[in-house]
Amino acid sequence: MSDIAERVKKIVAEHLGVEPEKVTESASFIDDLGADSLDTVELVMAFEEAFNCEIPDDAAETILTVGDAIKFLEKNAA
Amino acid sequence: MRRVVVTGLGMVTPLGCGVEPTWRRLIAGESGVKAVSHFEVADLACKIAANVPRGDGSDGTYNPDQWMEPKEQRKVDEFIVYAMAAATQALDDAGWHPSSYEDQINTGVLIGSGIGGIEGIAESSLLLKERGPRRISPFFIPGRLINLAGGYVSITHGLKGPNHAVVTACSTGAHAIGDAGRLIALGDADVMVAGGTESTVNRLALAGFAACKALCTAFNDDPTRASRPYDKDRDGFVMGEGAGVVVLEELEHAKARGAHIYAELVGYGLSGDAFHITAPSPDGDGAFRCMQAALKRAGLTAGDIDYINAHGTSTMADEIELKAVERLLGNAAATTSMSSTKSSIGHLLGAAGAVEAIFSVLAIRDQIAPATLNLDNPSVEPPIDLVPLKAKHRKIDAVLSNSFGFGGTNASLIFQRFDA
Repeated sequence: MSDIAERVKKIVAEHLGVEPEKVTESASFIDDLGADSLDTVELVMAFEEAFNCEIPDDAAETILTVGDAIKFLEKNAA
Repeated sequence: MRRVVVTGLGMVTPLGCGVEPTWRRLIAGESGVKAVSHFEVADLACKIAANVPRGDGSDGTYNPDQWMEPKEQRKVDEFIVYAMAAATQALDDAGWHPSSYEDQINTGVLIGSGIGGIEGIAESSLLLKERGPRRISPFFIPGRLINLAGGYVSITHGLKGPNHAVVTACSTGAHAIGDAGRLIALGDADVMVAGGTESTVNRLALAGFAACKALCTAFNDDPTRASRPYDKDRDGFVMGEGAGVVVLEELEHAKARGAHIYAELVGYGLSGDAFHITAPSPDGDGAFRCMQAALKRAGLTAGDIDYINAHGTSTMADEIELKAVERLLGNAAATTSMSSTKSSIGHLLGAAGAVEAIFSVLAIRDQIAPATLNLDNPSVEPPIDLVPLKAKHRKIDAVLSNSFGFGGTNASLIFQRFDA
C-alpha cells in the first residue's frame, strides 16, 4: 500500500469516526462509511491540508470512494 | 387552557454534571467559581469564572463523550454539547422516549442560548484572515447557530413537534420554558423539551463583558467570594457556563402515563424596559410588571409566593430588583425568602433562567431555599429574607424565578407544588 493510501485511510477513519478496517479502497464515503454531504466537503478539505494541494470543486464531486481519493492524490499531490 | 407540569430535569453547571450532584453541592453552600487556567488571562480585567468541572463522568463531573460522539463534538461549539447532556438527562428523568410517530410529532424542543457559538466564530474569523475562505469548515455555520442546540436534541431523540429557539440574553432560559409551556397550554404539543445553554468562558467574551463594566474584577485572588449579590462589596457578575433543560408536559398526558410530577408551571410573565441596552430601568418598573404578569397568569397573589429565585447578578442592578420585589410583595415580603444562586454558580447567561427554574422546582420538592453565598454585609436592609450564607428549610409551595437580560428583556416564571 502506498504511503498516500495509508494516509488517506487514516484521515478518513479519524474524520468519520469509523473503524480503520472498514476503510477499504472500494468503500463509499456516503453509502458505506456514514458520511453526509457536509462530511465529504470537510474530508476534501482535510486531504487538501494534509497533501498540500488544491482539489477543485468539480474534481471533488468525482471523489466518492476512498479509492477515488487515493487515485486523485497519487496523481495530483505535491 | 391546558395545565402544564414539569416531569423531567437535566443540567450541566459549574457545580457538576447532573441535577443531583449540582443540587447537593448548591445546598451545601459550595462555590463553582475558580481562577481561569485554560487560557491566558494576564491582560484581562476579570481572571475568574465558573467553569463546568470536567472529568471521566464519575463523581458528577462532565465528560462530553457520554453525551455526544467525539466526531460530532468536533463540529460544534460546547453550548450544543451541554444542551445535549441536559436534554438527555431530562428525557431519561421523565422516562419519555417517544418512538411512535404520534408521540414524536407531539413532542417539541425549545432550547435557547444568549450568545451561541462565539468561540467558533472567533476562531473561524482568525482562520479566514490567516488562511482564506477555502479553510472554513462546512460545519462552521451549523455548529454555531443557536437553534442547532435544539436541532441536535430533536435529531438525536426523534422529536418532531414544534422546534424553536429563544435568544433574549440572560432571560433566554426563562423565556424558553415559559414559551414552551404556552405551546403545550395552547395545544401545539403535549410534551416540550425546554431550556437554555451557554458556553462563553473565553477571552473574547470576558473582554467584551469587561468592556461593558459588567464583570467582577475585585476578587481575582479570592474567586469563591467574588459572586456576592446584595453585599456591599459586590462589583460585578462572575461568568458561568452550562445548560438547564426541563421536560414540560400537559397534565393529563403526564398522569395517563404515570409520570412523576415535580411541580406545575402556573405563571409566566414578560415585559420590556424600553430604557437602555445594558442597564435596567432604575425604577425597576420592567421587573415589577413582569412579576405581576406572572402572578396574574398564575391566579396567585403576592402573599402566595414563598420563595423567589432572584436574577441577582451581583451588580448594581441587585437593588433595583429588590425594590421591584418589595413593591410587588408589600407586607408579604416579611414572610418570603429570596436568594440568588448566582452566588454559587455565577451567571450562566442564556442558561441561567433554565438552571434557576430547576432550582426553583427542587426548592419545592425538598422544601429548602438555597443560600445567597457571601452576603456578609447587605448594601441595604430589606424587609425580605435574603437567605444569607446558609440554605434554609421552610415551607415552599410556590416559587417565582426572575430573569432579566441586556436590551431590557424580562421574564418571570412561577412554579407551584403539585398535589395529585
